[in-house]
Amino acid sequence: MAHDATHAHDAIPAHDGHGQPGGIMRWLTTTNHKDIGSLYLWFAGTMFLVAGSFALVIRAELFQPGLQVVHPDFFNQMTTLHGLIMVFGVIMPAWAGFANWQIPLMIGAPDMAFPRMNNWGFWLLPVAGFLLLLGLFMPGGAAAGGWTMYPPLFVQGGISYDLTIFAIHILGASSIMGSINIITTVLNMRAPGMTLMKMPLFVWTWLITAYLLIATVPVLAGAVTMLLTDRHFDTHFFNPAGGGDPVMFQHIFWFFGHPEVYILILPAFGVVSQIIPTFARKPLFGYASMVYATASIAILSFIVWAHHMFTVGMPAAAQLFFMYSTMLIAVPTGVKVFNWVATMWKGSMTFETPMLFAIAFVCLFTIGGFSGLVCAMTPVDIQIHDTYYVVAHFHYVLVSGALFAIIAGVYYWLPKWTGHMYDEKLGKLHFWLSVISMNVTFFPMHFLGLAGMPRRYADYALQFAEFNMIASIGAFIFGFSQLIFLAVIIKAIRGGRKASDQVWEGAQGLEWTVPSPAPYHTFETAPVVK
Amino acid sequence: MASQTGGYYLPAPSHWPIVGSVALALMALGATFMMNGLGGGWVLWLGLAVLALMLFGWFGTVIGESVSGKHNKQVDQSFRWGMSWFIFSEVMFFGAFFGALFYMRVLAVPWLGSGDTMEQLWRGYTATWPTAGPGLAADGYKFTPMGAWGIPAINTLLLLTSGATVTWAHWGLKKSKRGQLILGLFLTVALGLSFLGLQAYEYVHAYRELGLTLGAGAYGATFFMLTGFHGFHVTVGTLMLIVILGRSIKGHFTAEHHFGFEGVAWYWHFVDVVWLGLFIFVYWLV
Repeated sequence: MAHDATHAHDAIPAHDGHGQPGGIMRWLTTTNHKDIGSLYLWFAGTMFLVAGSFALVIRAELFQPGLQVVHPDFFNQMTTLHGLIMVFGVIMPAWAGFANWQIPLMIGAPDMAFPRMNNWGFWLLPVAGFLLLLGLFMPGGAAAGGWTMYPPLFVQGGISYDLTIFAIHILGASSIMGSINIITTVLNMRAPGMTLMKMPLFVWTWLITAYLLIATVPVLAGAVTMLLTDRHFDTHFFNPAGGGDPVMFQHIFWFFGHPEVYILILPAFGVVSQIIPTFARKPLFGYASMVYATASIAILSFIVWAHHMFTVGMPAAAQLFFMYSTMLIAVPTGVKVFNWVATMWKGSMTFETPMLFAIAFVCLFTIGGFSGLVCAMTPVDIQIHDTYYVVAHFHYVLVSGALFAIIAGVYYWLPKWTGHMYDEKLGKLHFWLSVISMNVTFFPMHFLGLAGMPRRYADYALQFAEFNMIASIGAFIFGFSQLIFLAVIIKAIRGGRKASDQVWEGAQGLEWTVPSPAPYHTFETAPVVK
Repeated sequence: MASQTGGYYLPAPSHWPIVGSVALALMALGATFMMNGLGGGWVLWLGLAVLALMLFGWFGTVIGESVSGKHNKQVDQSFRWGMSWFIFSEVMFFGAFFGALFYMRVLAVPWLGSGDTMEQLWRGYTATWPTAGPGLAADGYKFTPMGAWGIPAINTLLLLTSGATVTWAHWGLKKSKRGQLILGLFLTVALGLSFLGLQAYEYVHAYRELGLTLGAGAYGATFFMLTGFHGFHVTVGTLMLIVILGRSIKGHFTAEHHFGFEGVAWYWHFVDVVWLGLFIFVYWLV
């Protein structure tokens, strides 16, 4: 066999640099997709607690009107870091972790196409996380210009703004390596008989996500590079005195930014499309239409970006174009929601924790989708732009959307990863606490936004007090409920009821044909898919 | 379509990626401290040295694996997909800067020279391209734009010729004519280096005699960002060509198995095409 050295099992200690290194060196040097998947997931989980605690600082300050907990500038650092880390340090790495663990298992490949580059893609993330958080200890504190990094504010900030820019470059390099690896793996490493239209939907959604990444992340890198040269090398890209325009940054940023939000949500569609058929014990309704809908959403995401910036001023024709193109996305998204519902229709459903989170995803993501339609309407958006209505909208799609799908996926595949069933009682407790507190936190924000409360302020007018207090209480319950999730995972790693190979009665697909826990090397000889 | 026979080469654990991460961390920290006047230039250089070490080590390992026959057809196909999509991501990277150029020329600058903006802020500013922008113009900033038909035209010829020589070298490789392969690559490297030399001369000329600097408003910023980023890519491409020239002399490539050569050739053609865009939109249509 070609891959001589990797045959050595993880139990074998390192010697003369050829065997599998042990201890920390195993994790630093690993080329195994399951190791790297675990690293991504643990990194995402750690950063989730970090950025989540930042959110709690925000909610503690907003518990009451007035300034009582933190300095307003520190508040702005918290909103900035919360946003940047949740997007780039939690959701994206978590999806990369799922991709690493599951794609080779689901398409019958022995590993990812480029195992060493796979390692580097992960190990760039701690560097970027370090640079972002290092800002907290720099003179002037961390970057406080918002996760969107708009100039002129971001051109004027201190040293940590440079660290943030370089962190974005490094995160971008990581994303590009990860997505090239995923595209190549899916296109070139499928088992014989695994045609494209037989691929599990999670693989499809990640393939399309990877295309979004390589098409948009370099554009973000270009945007922050221009910020850097405006900051230090005397250019005038975003300075009108030199013929530049700060609004140009917004265009370039959102050309990345809008596809980015689909980068965060498309793999969620994939996970939910794996889970619902399993627990409804029916094949996914409308598989082909799901594939086409995902691709349509991805393509449309490139022509809607300016709906994030209706208030900066643009010709009426442009406003109409971006409004209608945005609303058009509701069509393929609606196809997906109806397909999930139709999959459950007349199924013999059971409600284990992954299914509960998946159903919550369908309901709550749809609420976020609808409030997105509200935001898409230009005249309405001019009223609610930069208010808590927008905050409510994107937390419905990112918390009860992307994050709930990540949690659902962890519960779903945890028995395959650890070999043990998780504690179902604790899982259900985690679910109910999360789903209730999430709504308590974010639903009142719709009302706050419609009443005119602006986002990114440390203080607010008295009439917003009640809803803010309710939201803060919800946020703390939500935050501490996630410790239950951590406990469930650790418990499952350490022991529990043995999981069978198939784990779930209705589970279909190649990953359920290998033992639980999945051996260190799988599909060294490709399976044949009929 | 995937064909998998079980012979896909999966590398053993490697320390090169983490070395690369350390390199990038040092570079980011060094650059940040340096730009903020806190010293730290040596950290940046140390980072670059570690990065160079990593690139030598990592690519050296891959070359060793290739020469010892560990890369079967499927691995070769992976490399092809990987390089193609990497180049695509680079196209999008350039796209951001071309986008900035078009946005400024077509939208931002005309807006500044018309209507209330002009009346209220910079009365009398006439929005023409090239411009250093209304504020700088009002302060009396003057520069001469770079003409297209001097060095840039020669550079266009150099790069187009280098595209032909690298293809000629490829023909030599496919016909197992080592002399043609090595001569073709040598000429390509020489043309690339000449391009870079002329580009450096042009930059000195711009700064010393034309008043054209990074600080020359919209025109200066887009001119140097686009040509500089391209010049960086030509530098990397030339280094890659030098590596495959060395490998060709060592006899690493065969008529059937030479993705290393082709990957570099693709990259070189990509750099070539980007230059044509630059020549047309940055130099010519001014």
